[in-house]
Amino acid sequence: MDSVPILKIGDVLLVSIQTDLQDEAVMALQESLAERISSTGASGVIIDISVLDVVDSFAGRMLATVAAISRVLDAETVVVGMRPAVAITLVEMGLSLDGIKTALDLERGMRLLSGDGALA
Amino acid sequence: MTRRELPINDDGDVVRVRQLVRSVAVDARLSLVEQTKLVTAASELARNTLTYGGGGAATVEHITNGTKSGVRAIFRDKGPGIADLDLALTDGYTSGKGLGLGLGGARRLVDEFSVESSPGSGTTVTVTKWAR
Amino acid sequence: MEAGIFTRIAQLCRAREERLSERWRALVSASLGGRVPETQVDKEQREILDVLLTALALGAGRDIEAEPYAELRALLMELSRSRAQQGFSPRETAISVFALKGAVLDVFDQDGDAEAFREFVAFSQLIDELALLTFETYARAREEVISSQAEQLLELATPVVKVWDGVLALPLVGTLGSARAQVVMEKLLQTLVDTGSEHAIIDITGVPAVDTQVAQHLLKTVMAARLMGAECIISGIRPQIAQTIVALGIEFGDIATKGTLADALVLAISRTGVSVGGDLTKRGR
Repeated sequence: MDSVPILKIGDVLLVSIQTDLQDEAVMALQESLAERISSTGASGVIIDISVLDVVDSFAGRMLATVAAISRVLDAETVVVGMRPAVAITLVEMGLSLDGIKTALDLERGMRLLSGDGALA
Repeated sequence: MTRRELPINDDGDVVRVRQLVRSVAVDARLSLVEQTKLVTAASELARNTLTYGGGGAATVEHITNGTKSGVRAIFRDKGPGIADLDLALTDGYTSGKGLGLGLGGARRLVDEFSVESSPGSGTTVTVTKWAR
Repeated sequence: MEAGIFTRIAQLCRAREERLSERWRALVSASLGGRVPETQVDKEQREILDVLLTALALGAGRDIEAEPYAELRALLMELSRSRAQQGFSPRETAISVFALKGAVLDVFDQDGDAEAFREFVAFSQLIDELALLTFETYARAREEVISSQAEQLLELATPVVKVWDGVLALPLVGTLGSARAQVVMEKLLQTLVDTGSEHAIIDITGVPAVDTQVAQHLLKTVMAARLMGAECIISGIRPQIAQTIVALGIEFGDIATKGTLADALVLAISRTGVSVGGDLTKRGR
Protein backbone atom coordinates (compact mmCIF):
# COMPACT_ATOMS: atom_id res chain seq x y z
CA MET A 1 0.00 0.00 0.00
CA ASP A 2 1.29 3.48 -0.78
CA SER A 3 2.13 5.57 2.20
CA VAL A 4 2.33 9.30 1.75
CA PRO A 5 5.62 10.91 2.82
CA ILE A 6 5.43 13.83 5.25
CA LEU A 7 8.28 16.34 4.84
CA LYS A 8 9.33 18.90 7.42
CA ILE A 9 10.42 22.32 6.14
CA GLY A 10 11.18 24.75 8.96
CA ASP A 11 8.24 24.42 11.27
CA VAL A 12 5.86 23.44 8.49
CA LEU A 13 4.88 19.89 7.59
CA LEU A 14 4.42 19.31 3.90
CA VAL A 15 2.28 16.50 2.55
CA SER A 16 2.30 16.08 -1.19
CA ILE A 17 -0.25 13.50 -2.30
CA GLN A 18 1.07 11.87 -5.46
CA THR A 19 -1.51 9.25 -6.42
CA ASP A 20 -5.16 8.35 -6.20
CA LEU A 21 -5.32 7.01 -2.62
CA GLN A 22 -7.17 4.04 -1.23
CA ASP A 23 -9.40 4.81 1.75
CA GLU A 24 -7.04 2.90 4.02
CA ALA A 25 -4.10 5.09 2.96
CA VAL A 26 -6.21 8.20 3.57
CA MET A 27 -6.92 7.09 7.13
CA ALA A 28 -3.26 6.18 7.70
CA LEU A 29 -2.19 9.63 6.51
CA GLN A 30 -4.61 11.30 8.89
CA GLU A 31 -3.18 9.37 11.84
CA SER A 32 0.49 9.84 11.03
CA LEU A 33 -0.05 13.56 10.42
CA ALA A 34 -1.57 14.04 13.86
CA GLU A 35 1.40 12.22 15.35
CA ARG A 36 3.98 14.25 13.42
CA ILE A 37 2.36 17.58 14.33
CA SER A 38 2.52 16.70 17.97
CA SER A 39 6.07 15.24 17.90
CA THR A 40 7.59 18.10 15.85
CA GLY A 41 5.59 20.95 17.32
CA ALA A 42 4.93 22.16 13.77
CA SER A 43 2.98 25.39 13.44
CA GLY A 44 1.62 24.68 10.00
CA VAL A 45 0.58 21.88 7.68
CA ILE A 46 0.40 22.14 3.91
CA ILE A 47 -1.45 19.46 1.98
CA ASP A 48 -0.70 19.64 -1.73
CA ILE A 49 -3.49 17.99 -3.75
CA SER A 50 -2.56 19.40 -7.17
CA VAL A 51 -2.06 15.89 -8.55
CA LEU A 52 -5.46 14.61 -7.42
CA ASP A 53 -8.08 14.52 -10.16
CA VAL A 54 -10.77 13.28 -7.77
CA VAL A 55 -11.59 14.25 -4.22
CA ASP A 56 -14.71 12.49 -2.98
CA SER A 57 -16.52 13.01 0.32
CA PHE A 58 -14.24 10.51 2.07
CA ALA A 59 -11.07 12.37 1.09
CA GLY A 60 -12.86 15.68 1.74
CA ARG A 61 -13.68 14.53 5.25
CA MET A 62 -10.02 13.62 5.79
CA LEU A 63 -8.96 17.16 4.82
CA ALA A 64 -11.53 18.66 7.20
CA THR A 65 -10.51 16.32 10.01
CA VAL A 66 -6.80 17.02 9.57
CA ALA A 67 -7.53 20.75 9.70
CA ALA A 68 -9.57 20.32 12.88
CA ILE A 69 -6.98 18.09 14.55
CA SER A 70 -4.11 20.43 13.72
CA ARG A 71 -6.08 23.38 15.06
CA VAL A 72 -6.43 21.56 18.36
CA LEU A 73 -2.68 20.93 18.26
CA ASP A 74 -2.07 24.64 17.58
CA ALA A 75 -1.12 24.29 13.93
CA GLU A 76 -2.73 25.84 10.84
CA THR A 77 -3.62 23.71 7.79
CA VAL A 78 -3.57 24.99 4.23
CA VAL A 79 -4.81 22.87 1.32
CA VAL A 80 -3.05 23.91 -1.88
CA GLY A 81 -3.43 23.22 -5.59
CA MET A 82 -7.02 22.04 -5.79
CA ARG A 83 -7.92 21.66 -9.45
CA PRO A 84 -10.88 23.64 -10.86
CA ALA A 85 -12.85 20.52 -11.80
CA VAL A 86 -12.37 19.12 -8.30
CA ALA A 87 -13.46 22.41 -6.70
CA ILE A 88 -16.59 22.59 -8.88
CA THR A 89 -17.43 18.98 -8.01
CA LEU A 90 -17.03 19.51 -4.26
CA VAL A 91 -19.24 22.61 -4.38
CA GLU A 92 -21.85 20.75 -6.45
CA MET A 93 -21.81 17.92 -3.93
CA GLY A 94 -22.42 20.38 -1.12
CA LEU A 95 -19.02 20.02 0.50
CA SER A 96 -17.87 23.47 1.61
CA LEU A 97 -14.82 22.45 3.69
CA ASP A 98 -15.50 25.27 6.12
CA GLY A 99 -12.58 26.30 8.23
CA ILE A 100 -9.95 25.04 5.82
CA LYS A 101 -7.53 27.58 4.42
CA THR A 102 -6.66 27.23 0.77
CA ALA A 103 -4.04 28.55 -1.64
CA LEU A 104 -3.48 28.26 -5.38
CA ASP A 105 -0.09 26.62 -5.04
CA LEU A 106 2.64 25.55 -2.63
CA GLU A 107 4.48 28.88 -2.72
CA ARG A 108 1.35 30.86 -1.86
CA GLY A 109 0.47 28.30 0.80
CA MET A 110 3.84 28.84 2.48
CA ARG A 111 3.37 32.60 2.27
CA LEU A 112 -0.08 32.30 3.82
CA LEU A 113 1.34 30.37 6.77
CA SER A 114 4.23 32.77 7.37
CA GLY A 115 1.86 35.73 7.04
CA ASP A 116 -0.32 34.25 9.74
CA GLY A 117 2.72 33.74 11.91
CA ALA A 118 3.60 37.42 11.62
CA LEU A 119 0.09 38.46 12.61
CA ALA A 120 -0.13 36.12 15.59
CA MET B 1 -20.08 -0.33 -27.20
CA THR B 2 -17.63 -0.77 -24.37
CA ARG B 3 -19.27 -2.37 -21.37
CA ARG B 4 -17.16 -3.54 -18.47
CA GLU B 5 -17.82 -5.03 -15.09
CA LEU B 6 -15.64 -4.87 -11.98
CA PRO B 7 -16.11 -6.52 -8.61
CA ILE B 8 -16.18 -4.30 -5.52
CA ASN B 9 -14.80 -6.27 -2.62
CA ASP B 10 -12.11 -4.06 -1.09
CA ASP B 11 -10.63 -0.54 -1.01
CA GLY B 12 -8.47 -1.25 -4.02
CA ASP B 13 -11.56 -2.08 -6.09
CA VAL B 14 -13.01 1.36 -5.31
CA VAL B 15 -9.89 2.92 -6.84
CA ARG B 16 -10.17 0.61 -9.87
CA VAL B 17 -13.82 1.59 -10.36
CA ARG B 18 -12.76 5.26 -10.37
CA GLN B 19 -10.13 4.53 -13.02
CA LEU B 20 -12.52 2.50 -15.19
CA VAL B 21 -15.22 5.20 -15.03
CA ARG B 22 -12.62 7.82 -15.93
CA SER B 23 -11.46 5.95 -19.02
CA VAL B 24 -15.01 5.28 -20.25
CA ALA B 25 -15.89 8.95 -19.60
CA VAL B 26 -12.92 10.00 -21.74
CA ASP B 27 -14.10 7.67 -24.54
CA ALA B 28 -17.59 9.17 -24.29
CA ARG B 29 -16.03 12.62 -24.70
CA LEU B 30 -17.30 14.06 -21.43
CA SER B 31 -15.66 17.37 -20.54
CA LEU B 32 -13.06 17.41 -17.78
CA VAL B 33 -15.57 18.76 -15.26
CA GLU B 34 -18.21 16.21 -16.30
CA GLN B 35 -15.65 13.42 -15.99
CA THR B 36 -14.67 14.59 -12.53
CA LYS B 37 -18.28 14.81 -11.35
CA LEU B 38 -19.08 11.33 -12.66
CA VAL B 39 -15.91 9.75 -11.25
CA THR B 40 -16.59 11.35 -7.86
CA ALA B 41 -20.19 10.08 -7.88
CA ALA B 42 -18.93 6.60 -8.85
CA SER B 43 -16.44 6.72 -5.99
CA GLU B 44 -19.21 7.51 -3.49
CA LEU B 45 -21.45 4.76 -4.86
CA ALA B 46 -18.67 2.16 -5.02
CA ARG B 47 -17.82 2.91 -1.40
CA ASN B 48 -21.50 2.55 -0.44
CA THR B 49 -21.58 -0.82 -2.21
CA LEU B 50 -18.56 -1.89 -0.18
CA THR B 51 -19.48 -0.38 3.19
CA TYR B 52 -23.24 -0.89 3.32
CA GLY B 53 -23.82 -3.61 0.75
CA GLY B 54 -20.95 -5.79 1.93
CA GLY B 55 -19.46 -5.79 -1.56
CA GLY B 56 -20.91 -6.22 -5.03
CA ALA B 57 -20.09 -5.15 -8.57
CA ALA B 58 -20.07 -2.14 -10.88
CA THR B 59 -20.99 -2.17 -14.57
CA VAL B 60 -19.82 0.76 -16.66
CA GLU B 61 -20.73 1.40 -20.28
CA HIS B 62 -20.50 4.05 -22.96
CA ILE B 63 -24.02 4.75 -24.23
CA THR B 64 -25.50 6.91 -26.98
CA ASN B 65 -28.91 8.44 -27.55
CA GLY B 66 -29.24 9.96 -30.99
CA THR B 67 -26.28 12.32 -31.25
CA LYS B 68 -25.78 12.36 -27.47
CA SER B 69 -22.96 10.42 -25.91
CA GLY B 70 -22.81 9.44 -22.27
CA VAL B 71 -21.76 6.98 -19.58
CA ARG B 72 -23.98 4.72 -17.51
CA ALA B 73 -22.73 3.11 -14.32
CA ILE B 74 -24.65 0.53 -12.32
CA PHE B 75 -23.74 -0.49 -8.76
CA ARG B 76 -25.24 -3.71 -7.38
CA ASP B 77 -24.96 -5.35 -4.01
CA LYS B 78 -26.72 -8.16 -2.21
CA GLY B 79 -26.60 -6.40 1.14
CA PRO B 80 -29.34 -5.60 3.63
CA GLY B 81 -30.91 -2.99 1.32
CA ILE B 82 -32.07 0.50 2.23
CA ALA B 83 -35.13 0.65 4.44
CA ASP B 84 -35.83 4.36 4.14
CA LEU B 85 -34.70 5.68 0.77
CA ASP B 86 -35.76 9.28 1.40
CA LEU B 87 -33.76 9.35 4.61
CA ALA B 88 -30.70 7.84 2.91
CA LEU B 89 -30.82 10.57 0.26
CA THR B 90 -30.96 13.34 2.85
CA ASP B 91 -27.79 15.40 3.16
CA GLY B 92 -26.00 14.85 6.42
CA TYR B 93 -27.64 11.50 7.06
CA THR B 94 -25.11 8.75 7.52
CA SER B 95 -25.09 5.35 9.09
CA GLY B 96 -21.35 4.93 8.68
CA LYS B 97 -18.21 6.92 8.04
CA GLY B 98 -18.12 9.91 5.72
CA LEU B 99 -19.86 13.24 5.65
CA GLY B 100 -23.30 11.85 4.93
CA LEU B 101 -23.13 13.27 1.43
CA GLY B 102 -22.58 9.97 -0.36
CA LEU B 103 -25.91 9.14 -1.96
CA GLY B 104 -27.40 12.65 -2.04
CA GLY B 105 -24.09 14.14 -3.21
CA ALA B 106 -23.73 11.53 -5.95
CA ARG B 107 -27.24 12.32 -7.16
CA ARG B 108 -26.37 16.00 -7.63
CA LEU B 109 -23.31 15.11 -9.71
CA VAL B 110 -25.09 13.11 -12.42
CA ASP B 111 -27.89 13.70 -14.94
CA GLU B 112 -29.96 10.62 -14.18
CA PHE B 113 -30.13 8.76 -10.90
CA SER B 114 -32.24 5.83 -9.75
CA VAL B 115 -32.17 3.50 -6.77
CA GLU B 116 -33.87 0.15 -6.45
CA SER B 117 -33.76 -1.31 -3.01
CA SER B 118 -35.78 -3.17 -0.47
CA PRO B 119 -34.76 -4.66 2.87
CA GLY B 120 -33.16 -8.05 2.39
CA SER B 121 -32.80 -7.99 -1.37
CA GLY B 122 -29.85 -5.68 -1.90
CA THR B 123 -29.49 -2.36 -3.64
CA THR B 124 -28.99 -1.31 -7.25
CA VAL B 125 -28.04 2.28 -8.05
CA THR B 126 -27.97 3.41 -11.69
CA VAL B 127 -26.44 6.73 -12.72
CA THR B 128 -26.03 8.34 -16.15
CA LYS B 129 -24.06 11.36 -17.24
CA TRP B 130 -24.27 12.87 -20.74
CA ALA B 131 -21.66 14.87 -22.56
CA ARG B 132 -22.78 18.49 -22.93
CA MET C 1 -32.22 -13.66 -57.96
CA GLU C 2 -30.58 -10.74 -56.14
CA ALA C 3 -27.03 -11.69 -57.00
CA GLY C 4 -25.80 -10.31 -60.26
CA ILE C 5 -28.87 -8.22 -61.05
CA PHE C 6 -26.66 -5.41 -62.27
CA THR C 7 -24.13 -7.40 -64.32
CA ARG C 8 -25.52 -6.25 -67.66
CA ILE C 9 -25.48 -2.60 -66.60
CA ALA C 10 -22.00 -3.00 -65.16
CA GLN C 11 -20.74 -4.43 -68.47
CA LEU C 12 -22.36 -1.74 -70.57
CA CYS C 13 -21.04 1.04 -68.35
CA ARG C 14 -17.56 -0.37 -68.11
CA ALA C 15 -17.35 -0.56 -71.90
CA ARG C 16 -18.38 3.09 -72.14
CA GLU C 17 -16.70 4.33 -68.98
CA GLU C 18 -14.98 7.28 -70.64
CA ARG C 19 -18.13 8.66 -72.26
CA LEU C 20 -20.14 8.05 -69.09
CA SER C 21 -17.61 9.89 -66.91
CA GLU C 22 -17.61 12.85 -69.19
CA ARG C 23 -21.39 13.08 -69.35
CA TRP C 24 -21.66 12.72 -65.57
CA ARG C 25 -19.02 15.35 -64.96
CA ALA C 26 -20.77 17.76 -67.31
CA LEU C 27 -24.07 17.34 -65.44
CA VAL C 28 -22.49 17.82 -62.00
CA SER C 29 -20.18 20.68 -62.93
CA ALA C 30 -23.13 22.62 -64.29
CA SER C 31 -24.93 22.34 -60.96
CA LEU C 32 -21.85 23.20 -58.86
CA GLY C 33 -21.39 26.39 -60.88
CA GLY C 34 -17.64 26.06 -61.01
CA ARG C 35 -17.15 26.24 -57.27
CA VAL C 36 -15.30 22.96 -57.33
CA PRO C 37 -12.51 22.71 -59.95
CA GLU C 38 -13.48 20.42 -62.83
CA THR C 39 -10.32 18.40 -62.44
CA GLN C 40 -11.32 17.62 -58.88
CA VAL C 41 -14.88 16.68 -59.84
CA ASP C 42 -13.45 14.47 -62.55
CA LYS C 43 -11.07 12.73 -60.18
CA GLU C 44 -13.72 12.18 -57.51
CA GLN C 45 -16.22 10.79 -59.97
CA ARG C 46 -13.86 8.49 -61.80
CA GLU C 47 -12.97 6.95 -58.48
CA ILE C 48 -16.61 6.59 -57.43
CA LEU C 49 -17.61 5.14 -60.80
CA ASP C 50 -14.77 2.64 -60.78
CA VAL C 51 -15.59 1.45 -57.26
CA LEU C 52 -19.30 1.25 -58.06
CA LEU C 53 -18.79 -0.75 -61.29
CA THR C 54 -16.37 -3.08 -59.55
CA ALA C 55 -18.95 -3.79 -56.85
CA LEU C 56 -21.70 -4.33 -59.41
CA ALA C 57 -19.56 -6.67 -61.47
CA LEU C 58 -18.89 -8.68 -58.33
CA GLY C 59 -22.63 -9.26 -58.08
CA ALA C 60 -23.57 -6.63 -55.52
CA GLY C 61 -27.34 -6.15 -55.21
CA ARG C 62 -29.71 -3.45 -54.04
CA ASP C 63 -28.61 -3.38 -50.40
CA ILE C 64 -26.12 -0.53 -50.03
CA GLU C 65 -25.23 -1.71 -46.53
CA ALA C 66 -23.79 -4.90 -48.04
CA GLU C 67 -20.09 -5.63 -47.85
CA PRO C 68 -19.19 -5.09 -51.55
CA TYR C 69 -20.34 -1.46 -51.19
CA ALA C 70 -18.18 -0.69 -48.15
CA GLU C 71 -15.56 1.23 -50.13
CA LEU C 72 -18.21 3.09 -52.13
CA ARG C 73 -20.00 4.13 -48.94
CA ALA C 74 -16.76 5.43 -47.47
CA LEU C 75 -16.04 7.44 -50.63
CA LEU C 76 -19.52 8.99 -50.74
CA MET C 77 -19.48 9.84 -47.03
CA GLU C 78 -16.11 11.50 -47.40
CA LEU C 79 -17.40 13.49 -50.39
CA SER C 80 -20.55 14.61 -48.52
CA ARG C 81 -18.60 15.59 -45.46
CA SER C 82 -16.20 17.78 -47.41
CA ARG C 83 -19.08 19.37 -49.38
CA ALA C 84 -20.89 20.12 -46.10
CA GLN C 85 -17.80 21.68 -44.57
CA GLN C 86 -17.21 23.80 -47.67
CA GLY C 87 -20.73 25.17 -47.36
CA PHE C 88 -22.40 23.53 -50.36
CA SER C 89 -26.15 22.96 -50.14
CA PRO C 90 -27.57 19.47 -49.61
CA ARG C 91 -28.94 19.67 -53.18
CA GLU C 92 -25.52 20.40 -54.62
CA THR C 93 -24.14 17.51 -52.65
CA ALA C 94 -26.72 14.87 -53.55
CA ILE C 95 -26.80 15.88 -57.21
CA SER C 96 -23.33 14.39 -57.61
CA VAL C 97 -24.92 11.00 -57.12
CA PHE C 98 -28.33 11.60 -58.70
CA ALA C 99 -26.74 12.90 -61.89
CA LEU C 100 -25.25 9.47 -62.50
CA LYS C 101 -28.76 8.25 -63.33
CA GLY C 102 -29.08 10.79 -66.12
CA ALA C 103 -25.63 10.04 -67.41
CA VAL C 104 -26.28 6.28 -67.53
CA LEU C 105 -29.63 6.84 -69.24
CA ASP C 106 -28.05 9.08 -71.87
CA VAL C 107 -25.49 6.42 -72.65
CA PHE C 108 -28.16 3.69 -72.82
CA ASP C 109 -30.25 5.83 -75.12
CA GLN C 110 -27.55 5.40 -77.68
CA ASP C 111 -26.34 1.84 -77.03
CA GLY C 112 -28.75 0.13 -74.66
CA ASP C 113 -30.86 -2.96 -75.07
CA ALA C 114 -34.13 -4.12 -73.49
CA GLU C 115 -32.33 -6.20 -70.87
CA ALA C 116 -30.32 -3.21 -69.71
CA PHE C 117 -33.42 -1.05 -69.45
CA ARG C 118 -35.11 -3.60 -67.22
CA GLU C 119 -32.10 -3.54 -64.92
CA PHE C 120 -32.20 0.23 -64.97
CA VAL C 121 -35.31 0.37 -62.75
CA ALA C 122 -33.52 -1.43 -59.95
CA PHE C 123 -30.36 0.55 -60.68
CA SER C 124 -32.31 3.76 -60.25
CA GLN C 125 -33.42 2.65 -56.78
CA LEU C 126 -29.84 1.84 -55.90
CA ILE C 127 -28.74 5.33 -56.88
CA ASP C 128 -31.55 6.82 -54.78
CA GLU C 129 -30.32 4.86 -51.78
CA LEU C 130 -26.77 6.06 -52.34
CA ALA C 131 -27.96 9.65 -52.65
CA LEU C 132 -29.88 9.33 -49.39
CA LEU C 133 -26.65 8.20 -47.78
CA THR C 134 -24.98 11.43 -48.90
CA PHE C 135 -27.94 13.39 -47.47
CA GLU C 136 -27.58 11.74 -44.10
CA THR C 137 -23.85 12.21 -43.97
CA TYR C 138 -24.25 15.80 -45.10
CA ALA C 139 -26.78 16.54 -42.33
CA ARG C 140 -24.56 14.96 -39.69
CA ALA C 141 -21.52 16.90 -40.86
CA ARG C 142 -23.51 20.16 -40.76
CA GLU C 143 -24.65 19.42 -37.23
CA GLU C 144 -21.03 18.96 -36.20
CA VAL C 145 -20.13 22.28 -37.79
CA ILE C 146 -23.01 24.02 -36.00
CA SER C 147 -22.21 22.61 -32.58
CA SER C 148 -18.55 23.50 -32.86
CA GLN C 149 -19.53 27.03 -33.88
CA ALA C 150 -21.86 27.26 -30.88
CA GLU C 151 -18.95 26.29 -28.67
CA GLN C 152 -16.69 28.88 -30.26
CA LEU C 153 -19.36 31.53 -29.73
CA LEU C 154 -19.56 30.63 -26.04
CA GLU C 155 -15.80 30.97 -25.79
CA LEU C 156 -15.84 34.32 -27.56
CA ALA C 157 -18.61 35.64 -25.37
CA THR C 158 -16.68 35.02 -22.17
CA PRO C 159 -13.35 36.78 -22.13
CA VAL C 160 -11.29 36.48 -18.97
CA VAL C 161 -8.80 39.35 -18.81
CA LYS C 162 -5.94 40.08 -16.48
CA VAL C 163 -6.42 43.65 -15.25
CA TRP C 164 -3.70 43.78 -12.62
CA ASP C 165 -0.98 41.55 -11.34
CA GLY C 166 -2.95 38.81 -9.58
CA VAL C 167 -6.35 40.20 -10.54
CA LEU C 168 -8.60 38.79 -13.27
CA ALA C 169 -11.78 40.40 -14.58
CA LEU C 170 -14.67 38.66 -16.25
CA PRO C 171 -17.00 41.22 -17.81
CA LEU C 172 -20.21 39.38 -18.65
CA VAL C 173 -22.42 40.81 -21.38
CA GLY C 174 -25.78 39.49 -22.48
CA THR C 175 -28.10 36.79 -21.30
CA LEU C 176 -26.44 34.30 -19.03
CA GLY C 177 -28.00 30.92 -19.69
CA SER C 178 -27.20 27.90 -17.61
CA ALA C 179 -24.88 26.37 -20.21
CA ARG C 180 -22.96 29.60 -20.67
CA ALA C 181 -22.78 30.20 -16.92
CA GLN C 182 -21.12 26.82 -16.61
CA VAL C 183 -18.58 27.53 -19.33
CA VAL C 184 -17.83 30.90 -17.75
CA MET C 185 -17.27 29.32 -14.37
CA GLU C 186 -14.89 26.70 -15.69
CA LYS C 187 -12.94 29.16 -17.76
CA LEU C 188 -12.53 31.64 -14.92
CA LEU C 189 -11.33 28.99 -12.49
CA GLN C 190 -8.87 27.54 -14.99
CA THR C 191 -7.49 31.01 -15.75
CA LEU C 192 -6.98 31.62 -12.02
CA VAL C 193 -4.70 28.58 -11.97
CA ASP C 194 -2.96 29.36 -15.27
CA THR C 195 -2.13 32.93 -14.31
CA GLY C 196 -1.64 32.34 -10.59
CA SER C 197 -4.21 35.03 -9.79
CA GLU C 198 -5.73 35.12 -6.31
CA HIS C 199 -8.45 37.63 -7.14
CA ALA C 200 -11.25 37.70 -9.67
CA ILE C 201 -13.90 40.28 -10.47
CA ILE C 202 -17.11 39.03 -12.02
CA ASP C 203 -18.77 42.07 -13.55
CA ILE C 204 -22.44 41.60 -14.44
CA THR C 205 -23.21 45.19 -15.52
CA GLY C 206 -24.07 43.88 -18.98
CA VAL C 207 -26.34 41.10 -17.79
CA PRO C 208 -30.00 42.14 -18.11
CA ALA C 209 -31.48 39.56 -15.74
CA VAL C 210 -30.59 36.56 -13.64
CA ASP C 211 -32.73 33.63 -12.62
CA THR C 212 -32.26 31.30 -9.67
CA GLN C 213 -30.07 28.93 -11.64
CA VAL C 214 -27.72 31.64 -12.86
CA ALA C 215 -27.47 33.20 -9.40
CA GLN C 216 -26.64 29.75 -8.04
CA HIS C 217 -23.93 29.36 -10.69
CA LEU C 218 -22.38 32.65 -9.63
CA LEU C 219 -22.42 31.54 -6.02
CA LYS C 220 -20.90 28.18 -6.86
CA THR C 221 -18.15 29.88 -8.86
CA VAL C 222 -17.24 32.02 -5.89
CA MET C 223 -17.25 29.00 -3.57
CA ALA C 224 -15.18 26.87 -5.95
CA ALA C 225 -12.66 29.70 -6.32
CA ARG C 226 -12.35 29.83 -2.54
CA LEU C 227 -11.64 26.11 -2.38
CA MET C 228 -8.80 26.76 -4.81
CA GLY C 229 -7.45 29.64 -2.78
CA ALA C 230 -8.83 32.64 -4.68
CA GLU C 231 -11.38 35.34 -3.83
CA CYS C 232 -14.08 36.73 -6.10
CA ILE C 233 -15.80 40.09 -6.10
CA ILE C 234 -19.09 40.54 -7.92
CA SER C 235 -19.64 43.98 -9.40
CA GLY C 236 -22.31 45.77 -11.39
CA ILE C 237 -25.37 44.17 -9.83
CA ARG C 238 -28.33 46.15 -11.19
CA PRO C 239 -31.12 47.14 -8.81
CA GLN C 240 -33.58 44.75 -10.51
CA ILE C 241 -31.12 41.90 -10.18
CA ALA C 242 -30.54 42.74 -6.51
CA GLN C 243 -34.31 42.57 -6.03
CA THR C 244 -34.47 39.22 -7.81
CA ILE C 245 -31.66 37.84 -5.69
CA VAL C 246 -33.38 38.88 -2.48
CA ALA C 247 -36.82 37.77 -3.67
CA LEU C 248 -35.44 34.36 -4.61
CA GLY C 249 -34.02 34.02 -1.14
CA ILE C 250 -30.51 33.46 -2.44
CA GLU C 251 -27.94 34.07 0.27
CA PHE C 252 -24.90 35.98 -0.99
CA GLY C 253 -23.48 35.78 2.51
CA ASP C 254 -19.98 37.17 2.86
CA ILE C 255 -19.30 37.51 -0.87
CA ALA C 256 -17.91 40.94 -1.65
CA THR C 257 -20.08 43.00 -3.99
CA LYS C 258 -19.30 46.40 -5.52
CA GLY C 259 -21.38 48.80 -7.57
CA THR C 260 -18.91 49.26 -10.39
CA LEU C 261 -16.04 47.39 -11.94
CA ALA C 262 -13.75 50.28 -10.93
CA ASP C 263 -14.67 49.98 -7.25
CA ALA C 264 -14.19 46.24 -7.41
CA LEU C 265 -10.78 46.73 -8.97
CA VAL C 266 -9.71 49.07 -6.16
CA LEU C 267 -10.81 46.50 -3.58
CA ALA C 268 -9.06 43.67 -5.41
CA ILE C 269 -5.82 45.61 -5.77
CA SER C 270 -5.83 46.58 -2.11
CA ARG C 271 -6.35 42.92 -1.26
CA THR C 272 -3.22 42.02 -3.19
CA GLY C 273 -1.36 44.08 -0.64
CA VAL C 274 -0.65 47.14 -2.79
CA SER C 275 -1.64 50.36 -1.09
CA VAL C 276 -3.89 52.23 -3.45
CA GLY C 277 -3.33 55.96 -3.82
CA GLY C 278 -6.02 58.55 -3.09
CA ASP C 279 -6.70 59.33 -6.74
CA LEU C 280 -7.29 55.70 -7.56
CA THR C 281 -9.75 55.11 -4.72
CA LYS C 282 -11.86 58.03 -5.86
CA ARG C 283 -12.03 56.87 -9.43
CA GLY C 284 -15.46 55.86 -10.61
CA ARG C 285 -17.37 57.67 -7.87
